[in-house]
Amino acid sequence: MAAEQKRVAMTGNEAVAHCMRQIDPDVVAAYPITPQTDIVQYFSTFVSNGQVKTEFVTVESEHSAMSATLGASMAGARAMTATSSQGLALMWEVLHITSSYRAPVVMPVVNRALSGPINIHCDHSDTMGSLTTGWIQLYSESAQEAYDNLIQAVRIAEHPDVLLPVMVCQDGFITSHGIENLNLLPDETVKQFVGEYKPEHYLLDLENPITVGPLALQDYYTEVKYQQAKAMENAKQVILDVAAEYEKISGRKYGFFEAYKLDDAERAIVVLSSTAGTAKAVVDSLRARGEKVGLLKPRVLRPFPAKELVDALSSVQAVAIMDRADTFSTAGGQLFVEIRSALYESDKRPLMKNYILGLGGRDTTTREITKVYSDLAAALEKGRVEELITHLDVRE
Amino acid sequence: MATLKELSRVPEVLAPGHRMCAGCGAPIVVRQVLRAAKAPVAVANATGCLEVSTTIYPYTSWKSPFIHVAFENASASLSGVEAAYQSLKRQGKITDEIKFVAFGGDGGTYDIGLQSLSGAMERGHDMVYVCYDNGAYMNTGIQRSSATPMGADTTTTPVGSVRPGKLGWRKNLTKIMMAHGIPYVAQISPSHWNDLYQKAEKAFAVKGPAFLNAIAPCPRGWRHDSAETVQMTKLAVDTCFWPLFEAVDGKVRVTYKPRQKKPVVEFLKTQGRFRHLFRPENEGLIEQIQAEVDREWEELLALERLSQEQAAE
Repeated sequence: MAAEQKRVAMTGNEAVAHCMRQIDPDVVAAYPITPQTDIVQYFSTFVSNGQVKTEFVTVESEHSAMSATLGASMAGARAMTATSSQGLALMWEVLHITSSYRAPVVMPVVNRALSGPINIHCDHSDTMGSLTTGWIQLYSESAQEAYDNLIQAVRIAEHPDVLLPVMVCQDGFITSHGIENLNLLPDETVKQFVGEYKPEHYLLDLENPITVGPLALQDYYTEVKYQQAKAMENAKQVILDVAAEYEKISGRKYGFFEAYKLDDAERAIVVLSSTAGTAKAVVDSLRARGEKVGLLKPRVLRPFPAKELVDALSSVQAVAIMDRADTFSTAGGQLFVEIRSALYESDKRPLMKNYILGLGGRDTTTREITKVYSDLAAALEKGRVEELITHLDVRE
Repeated sequence: MATLKELSRVPEVLAPGHRMCAGCGAPIVVRQVLRAAKAPVAVANATGCLEVSTTIYPYTSWKSPFIHVAFENASASLSGVEAAYQSLKRQGKITDEIKFVAFGGDGGTYDIGLQSLSGAMERGHDMVYVCYDNGAYMNTGIQRSSATPMGADTTTTPVGSVRPGKLGWRKNLTKIMMAHGIPYVAQISPSHWNDLYQKAEKAFAVKGPAFLNAIAPCPRGWRHDSAETVQMTKLAVDTCFWPLFEAVDGKVRVTYKPRQKKPVVEFLKTQGRFRHLFRPENEGLIEQIQAEVDREWEELLALERLSQEQAAE
């Protein structure tokens, strides 16, 4: 039975901050950075007004934010932080350590382009650069999804079969600063859903002192990494189980991705986060003209749901993968490379094309997305893709 | 004031069997400092000799809770541990009294870890930070740090035909920590064990952050006999190369004044890293080092007088 929910108008950052208030972690260590800053500011207000029991550590950098959050987590606390862009880049060293120590840290990330040139607006170069850090990654199209994902992230991270950190991503400014209507669950419902954090081993357990972070060389390092890989595999089922449970209290359904009018689609776009909202509008208008188009919006990039993506995309004849960050490999963006690789296992491989778009906050409008669908139609007509990788809306 | 006999009965936190070199100053500092904790400790450690040699999985020398995260963030990691403690204690989930202590070498403290140390001290976490200063990056093979004394031969300031070892003076980290206005800062030496013990006691007793800077010879890097480690620290103190003092709420007190201050050459001549200073082409360098030691010592005595005058007013 879904709980009575409160309809509110909030920015993505505000929704995430309120979600953190409802989760009420034992420790938050965070450093402000545009466009995540509001999260830290709102949360500070909750601390100052005694609305949370959290010990808030106002660290001097993101490197220390991640280090203190990890320290708190290993000490036995439910610990969170939040960041964007350069902050995530500065954390990079400790991101790997956090996942390898199996610390169930949850971190909202407000996606922003990495310098240089310095730019404060949205693209996904920050979190795409941390795909190999051993963190679970959830992406959100809207403030509602950012809120819902954050609540679920706590349960996913702390599940004994997983024990991995989770990033919950939303698009900088577009989602983080845009006001939208969303439903908040009652505080008590969130509290019950996330439950109390009871770690099996923790640093402050004086009866059973542990050494955290020892040196492991040729004889043990491999096994540690293998265990992380197994945990990531386990996360797939846990993500689905938590989503099913969350649907019961919220009425909102989540999976590895959202398939939008994909069942009978001949042409499809794969796109992350807020741009999916724009693309859905294009799908609707093209569908109104009788064109069989659809959309797939990944929610979970780590673990990568390869098999499920293959099942979802195999019946499509032409697919455009939209990457909001370049890899500079000259062989395509990260999403493109991974999805194309997954489809190698499929008997029916669609024509595939990669678009690099929306860098540094450049708007992607219905006009560009409509062009992508017509590019796919042209490719289908010719039976081949002329240009594998296209930088969308660029002055050459 | 404790007796050696009493101190020898305090249970060890760092178990024997670790893989630190014979004659290393760091474990001596750790064991002497931890004797004064008087409560269970949670230890954080920066990457470095102490960390890699005491926690080779699946073994550990640490009988207490211990955490290592990386090189530059022992203070930040321990900030998180201490914050977790404050939170869980406030919620009644933990009732034990626990002390928090971080250990880092001069690399992890003076250099790469200075930012996170400064942040943790400024925020006022209830923790003791202990730097074991051996004057170079010894773990990676004796590269210079900002704690390396002027003139020392290291693998990144090698003595060559045009350079006489490290150029430029050491950073005075203890003064930098005093400038943070934290309740307790002190310089300690294993040679003066009772002075060290009393300072460690005070560091653990204050509410808020405390910083201890310990001289900790490295026989490999300093090139001295590994049996003479404590003798090295005694010479460092008696020459005023490493003065023993404390700052309690900013009030400076020199805790040991050598009856007869030895010339710094007595310290320099015992170590291979300074051998080249005695060659004819480097004439004058030892005089410069002596002048700098004298200047710092006089400045310290002046700071002490100032503190006494302020107390008298």
